[in-house]
Amino acid sequence: MIKNGVGREIPEHLEHIGNLIPYESPFSIIPEGNKAGRKLKRQLPHKSKLVSSIKEAVRACGLKDGMTISFHHHLRNGDYIVNMVIDTIASLGIKDIKLAPSSLNPCHAPLIEHIKNGVVTSIETSGIREPLGTAISQGILPKPLIIRSHGGRARAIETGELKIDVAFLGVPCCDEYGNANGFYGKSAFGSLGYGLVDAKYADKVVLITDNLVDYPCLPASINQTQVDFVVKVDSIGDPKGIVSGAIRFTKNPRDILIAENAVKAIEASGYFKNGFSYQTGAAGASLAVTQFLREKMIKQNIKGSFALGGITSQIVQLLEEGLFGGIFDTQCFDLDAVRSIGENPKHFEIDAATYASPFNAGCIANYLDILMLGALEIDTDFNVNVISGSDGIISQAAGGHPDAAAGAKMSVILAPLIRARIPIIVDRVTTVVTPGETVDVIVTDYGIAVNPRRQDLIERFKDARLNLYTIEELKEIAEKITGKPDKIDFTDRIIGVVQYRDGSVIDVLREVKDI
Amino acid sequence: MVRLRRTMMYVPGNNPANIMGAHLYGADSIMFDLEDSVSIKEKDSARFLVHNALKTLDFGNTETVVRINGLDTPFGREDLEAIVRARPDVIRIPKTEKAQDVLEVESIISEIEEKAGIEVGTTKLMAAIESPLGVINAFEIAKSSKRLIGIALGAEDFVTSMKTERSKDGLELLVARSQVLMAARAANIYALDTVFSDINDDEGFIKEVKLIKQLGFDGKSVIHPRQVTLVHQVYTPTKKEIDYSIRVLNAIDEAEKRSSGVIALDGKMIDAPIVERAYRVLELAKASGVYKGDY
Amino acid sequence: MEIKRIGRAGTVESNDINIVIEPSDKEDIEIELQSAVIKQFGEHIKALIIEILRSKGIKSAYVKAVDKGAIDCVIKARTLTALYRAAESEEYEWEV
Repeated sequence: MIKNGVGREIPEHLEHIGNLIPYESPFSIIPEGNKAGRKLKRQLPHKSKLVSSIKEAVRACGLKDGMTISFHHHLRNGDYIVNMVIDTIASLGIKDIKLAPSSLNPCHAPLIEHIKNGVVTSIETSGIREPLGTAISQGILPKPLIIRSHGGRARAIETGELKIDVAFLGVPCCDEYGNANGFYGKSAFGSLGYGLVDAKYADKVVLITDNLVDYPCLPASINQTQVDFVVKVDSIGDPKGIVSGAIRFTKNPRDILIAENAVKAIEASGYFKNGFSYQTGAAGASLAVTQFLREKMIKQNIKGSFALGGITSQIVQLLEEGLFGGIFDTQCFDLDAVRSIGENPKHFEIDAATYASPFNAGCIANYLDILMLGALEIDTDFNVNVISGSDGIISQAAGGHPDAAAGAKMSVILAPLIRARIPIIVDRVTTVVTPGETVDVIVTDYGIAVNPRRQDLIERFKDARLNLYTIEELKEIAEKITGKPDKIDFTDRIIGVVQYRDGSVIDVLREVKDI
Repeated sequence: MVRLRRTMMYVPGNNPANIMGAHLYGADSIMFDLEDSVSIKEKDSARFLVHNALKTLDFGNTETVVRINGLDTPFGREDLEAIVRARPDVIRIPKTEKAQDVLEVESIISEIEEKAGIEVGTTKLMAAIESPLGVINAFEIAKSSKRLIGIALGAEDFVTSMKTERSKDGLELLVARSQVLMAARAANIYALDTVFSDINDDEGFIKEVKLIKQLGFDGKSVIHPRQVTLVHQVYTPTKKEIDYSIRVLNAIDEAEKRSSGVIALDGKMIDAPIVERAYRVLELAKASGVYKGDY
Repeated sequence: MEIKRIGRAGTVESNDINIVIEPSDKEDIEIELQSAVIKQFGEHIKALIIEILRSKGIKSAYVKAVDKGAIDCVIKARTLTALYRAAESEEYEWEV
């Protein structure tokens, strides 16, 4: 065991993964060598790529025991693709599959059976939700899980660390020769950002669509040179789970309070000025921040340069009102965003590598000023956990959290100080996903704490008379109300690792005792 | 420092989620309610909850107020037994009609304070006036007890008794507001205006707050965190008011240095009311975060 | 105090706890707890409820608690309310 840069014990070697590089600091690893590439191939003229079923596609790809398959998560909790493909693979008697989707959702509960039956033996992804999370936390997966951020996954694919044999990508709009986009059709989800990397690097690419359009399907986010087979199915997803209607402004007073505190911090930070860039999430408090920020932008006549990340109707409104010059979009969160990306050239689709990979000539996260993030837990070193609940169970997603935090000039965590009876600030987070070195400000309903590394922000916030505390003080306020929670018992068995975006290991996941 | 009472926020007394962190929204006072927001069947549980919350939770510098049930109900007496011992800053008496209503509560509180070993007189009182008779007796009520820190108008019952209803311009409340306010001023205590119940009508709410501020009210009872911010915005002094107040107080400092008796600013005499107003403006400005100076 | 009937208090809304106190044949206080934070606070919550009941002279009871992240002062308030209801008593003992 080696103590890594956030004080976590990391084994030097883990069976099925190999030697582990302990995390050191956010930018300590300098990559060497060339990008990975896929096999060269040829296609004879006028040969159709259409196959009759997923089963045919699986056979045609030559999928075998022990191979790696990938998926994107743009269909979110409405996704039919993962379950359809794995059911097919199981029916063909193929075993020992490594599953490498960009994320997993509650709808993927059937995977539990496929893991128990030995069809899936390993998972590499950015997030896992219930009930699969509990099953994995109980240790059902034979080989260790790897959690990677969105940027980290793109990096792993581009470096060849994650070698994808077959990518099965659901697309809502596609022609028979493999040009496709996410913008149109009954299952439209907008940006294909997380699937685009798979389409470029997987040895075989299968597009699965419920909306086969006349050739050519334009715009072609995925283009025909990348695609081996196209399958038409009745439906790729449940529209109710894919995207929501316009995500509405929160009325929850606690969220609004946190957002008001955050906007005060943004105003005082010095970064809120013409040309600023901004990323936020789709949770209540972050939506409210965008709403309040819009009012400030109009009032103070401030125009931003770009918004990044998962996109909601709030952000689209800012673009359409001319308050931002453009949007870089890896994922659309609601129907307004889907509409906008399909019609506005300034609302621009980017892949996960462009969004957040640490190993290229400059991802967009590098250019970010102001960033709003969530957290399940934060420790007094500002390390953030977004993957496992305080009960120790893997239930959430790393997403782009560590990537955006590393890139932004000011990363702000929005969180209520107490959730149920659990204090959000702890001595030691259950799992480190984002290192404290990249986290600048914590905004809670009870007040604000700034990372002591950011004396500049502390000075500015003091001048603005913000409600400042040290992180230890905030922790004490919470614990005085809740009491100190009992520690969660883990066994010694390591069930997975959490990679930092550069591929080093920032923490390990352990089996939870007595769930 | 003068205590501001721009906002007194209602918190239903039987709701733990609302009680925890009720002070975070910036209201000058928070009022845990055992009366109208608690059903008859839950009077005991709200009493236990508010009692234990007050004894345990830290609400910072926010003034804590508990609205009890009237002594004419089966709950009022027990409310006092529970709440006085939990040491809120203020107990608010509902539906006060005459001085005697306050005096009865006062004597019970004194008794409880004595029994419980609390210094007699610690628990302050506030009386809500919610009927025509109460409005007529407003001054008598306002000066009835040393414990009284303020009187509040409660308009919902009042307008019904007056055979009318609330309107946007508030004409039906003009006399009641003026009389309650004048009684408070004559007795040198605070005056708080009634609630505005449509939490989605910001425009109507702001209009009403401007009206009651102009009349002279110290503040307003509010029912939702978002109303707190709006009231405080209306009560935030303008830059012009702040600048003038600073100049007034500077002129006084100057005059004191020169040991001069007569103080003038821009050719006008500065007398005691002007100075008092200047202090109040800066106090409000400080609370609103728009003035960071030393006065 | 003596438990005469079933006494209930509290709700299942967030930050609250629903407590049901029933008479029991056993010479002990038995608690069945469901909680969103059972791993972090389960033992503590049970101990607290038992301590409150014992302080009121209860030796035997069956308690069913459904907790939604209530803090101690809420648990105390709900337990006492349920107990006084179960004992059909209004002889409250308020402390400073």
